[in-house]
Amino acid sequence: MGNGDSVFFSRVLTELTLSFHIIYATIGVGVPLMIMIAQWVGIKKNDEHYILLARRWTRGFVITVAVGVVTGTAIGLQLSLLWPNFMELAGNTIALPLFMETFAFFFEAIFLGIYIYTWDRFKNQKKHLLLLIPVALGASFSAIFITIVNAFMNAPQGFDLVNGELVNVSPLLAMFNPAMPSKVAHVVVTAYMTSAFVLASIGAFRLLKGSNHEYHKKALLLTMKLGLIFSIATAVIGDFSGKYLAEYQPEKLAAAEWHFETEAGAPLILYGVLDNGEVKYALKVPFGLSILAHSNPNAKVIGLDQFSKEDVPPLYIHYLFDLMVTIGMWLIFLSLVYLVGTWKKWPFIFSKWFRWLMVLGGPFSIIAIEAGWWLDEVGRQPWVLRGIMRTKDAATASGHVDTMLWLFAGLYLILGIGSAFVLWRMFRKNPVEQELADRAADKAGDMK
Amino acid sequence: MTLEILGITVLGVFLFGYIIIASIDFGAGFFNAFSTVTGKEHILTKVIQRYLSPVWEVTNVFLVFFFVGIIGFFPKTAYYYGSTLLVPVSIAVILLAIRGAYYAFTTYGGLKHKRYTILYGLTGLFIPASLSIVLTISEGGFVTMEKSGPVLDYWALFTSPLSWSIVVLSLTSVLYISAVFLTWYAQKAKDRAAANLLRKYALVWAGPAIITATGIIVEMKDHNPEHYQRLVDVWWLFGLSVILFAGTVFLLWKRLAYGLAFGLLTGQFTFAFLAYGISHYPYLMYPYLTIYDSFTNKAMATALVIAFIAGLCLLLPSLYLLLRLFLFNKDYVQGNRNDHA
Repeated sequence: MGNGDSVFFSRVLTELTLSFHIIYATIGVGVPLMIMIAQWVGIKKNDEHYILLARRWTRGFVITVAVGVVTGTAIGLQLSLLWPNFMELAGNTIALPLFMETFAFFFEAIFLGIYIYTWDRFKNQKKHLLLLIPVALGASFSAIFITIVNAFMNAPQGFDLVNGELVNVSPLLAMFNPAMPSKVAHVVVTAYMTSAFVLASIGAFRLLKGSNHEYHKKALLLTMKLGLIFSIATAVIGDFSGKYLAEYQPEKLAAAEWHFETEAGAPLILYGVLDNGEVKYALKVPFGLSILAHSNPNAKVIGLDQFSKEDVPPLYIHYLFDLMVTIGMWLIFLSLVYLVGTWKKWPFIFSKWFRWLMVLGGPFSIIAIEAGWWLDEVGRQPWVLRGIMRTKDAATASGHVDTMLWLFAGLYLILGIGSAFVLWRMFRKNPVEQELADRAADKAGDMK
Repeated sequence: MTLEILGITVLGVFLFGYIIIASIDFGAGFFNAFSTVTGKEHILTKVIQRYLSPVWEVTNVFLVFFFVGIIGFFPKTAYYYGSTLLVPVSIAVILLAIRGAYYAFTTYGGLKHKRYTILYGLTGLFIPASLSIVLTISEGGFVTMEKSGPVLDYWALFTSPLSWSIVVLSLTSVLYISAVFLTWYAQKAKDRAAANLLRKYALVWAGPAIITATGIIVEMKDHNPEHYQRLVDVWWLFGLSVILFAGTVFLLWKRLAYGLAFGLLTGQFTFAFLAYGISHYPYLMYPYLTIYDSFTNKAMATALVIAFIAGLCLLLPSLYLLLRLFLFNKDYVQGNRNDHA
């Protein structure tokens, strides 16, 4: 295996690990907030159902956290094993948020353990809510810190390279790089949005499968409301991200939009296919790209003609961009229709086909998350640190990466199937009707 | 106290913390599996589950903390260790992943099967073995510098008596540490049967643990004379360690004060770890890498130390709360409460 092979397999393995990890990580960031909100609504409305909702979500959440933790440990170590040269440089410049991420994670781990094992220990439900706050905070902060590291890879700053030596390092400047605000906001909000739609999927699915319990209706309404709020926020922040790219990473924007010639009043290309450098079957929105990039229909947008060939990212990222944006828009529309329909009592809201659409909302939002991350990461190629270090110079020289790729692929297959199976069984064996009856029996037993 | 020393001390504390907590965790999994095979699971499983459940996540964090911290304070380790450790650490990660995930699947997801218990117990022995390779490599003699970077000589590693001794040491210490801790925990739980069985395990593993530790010092003489000399220089620390070891065994033998016995054991390993660490100074990987030539820049080191202190202010109270609620809560430990979600 030559070095070229090592680079290729290192990239594949990193992509595989991150693509698998991000499913669990996204749920890990968003779900604690949902649990906390459910607990809070339960206390405010004095409604047992919401408290139970929080706890049932928590039980499932523990399974996803476990897989998130172990795959997170895997990527944490793989960064050093597969990209030693990159990590050496990153250690000097961006170690601070990496370090803080572990603290946030630690904090969350402690309080999650406490919350799970103090079930009913305190008479006062508010105490349980207080335990959930650090869980949600820790989860969101670990996302914030790790995204700061990724933002640094897109917009490295806070150090000077003099003859290959690092000097004048400023950890805070490296953290607060230009990519950071839009990226962190986008990652955190999309995690909330995805979690809301994933949980809504569950509620819709139970209603489809014949349970007509009040509990599932409440769960669905709550999560769809949250989904609408967070998906609108996602769209707004997504627009900021586009403006950031136009300003700081024009080659990524141009590749994602198939914008080949620098021009004023640039059209936005939606969908379509690329055929020998020709764009076919695309929808063109006149002035769209100029508006997206600079909020001005006549603004000039830099095209790919301004960059040398070896600095241009792969052009297939356009499809990823389309996929991500389409799903985002669709989910805003779906949740809006559902909420208005519930309020106006439109009959089709309660129909089977509409519920199926809501069941699909969860998987769709996860696909959008994956597409968004691939767009972000592939759009940074050929750089691992934009303008500083090329990906091919960062990889390990070890000849065993291909073997490790097979091993890890097997591991993720086992974890994926295992976690899906366990979650499925958990909720099938203990439907909410059963649990409510059990709790009522417990309470009656306490009265005696 | 220079920043380099401070950095390595911080990391040492976390590594040591991981060694103790992970040992309890790995050993508990093994004893649990062992008792399943020998038909004694009804004695042990309850006590072990009750201890492990709220803390399993926290154990993993100590490890993450250590490897993120070492990249932060000593970025060059990413280059030297990252390039060489691809295979052993990947194996450890895969085992950790299987272990962690299956723990959650069985505890919360209700997958109850002997197969999983045994798998879980065995991974707990292989993980310390694969992680201890890092210590072996740090002694030098297994890594050569090629044009492409540092390369690990697997053949030399696998045929070296030193690497096998370190593997055996990690196994015996894991079983010994966890048996002593669980004896104490079982006694607190007023579970006499479990305490008796675990006490037996502890006494069984005490001998091998101390013998392998002594053996490694002797082997160092041939492998790395410089390190051996420094080990001999801190002989008194090892002496203290042995005295504490004798105290632990005595208390276990006489069935006295198991809590104190675990305290002495912690002291024993602290002194041994400290002596090893001091004698290792200043090398991170003999002879290529010292803590001085791999240290990060001043700005980053200062930032990390500040972040570390701030983080501790957050963590220590939280950890205290965790211990108060589970380890030192009588009702919980004795199983009078069933509060889990």
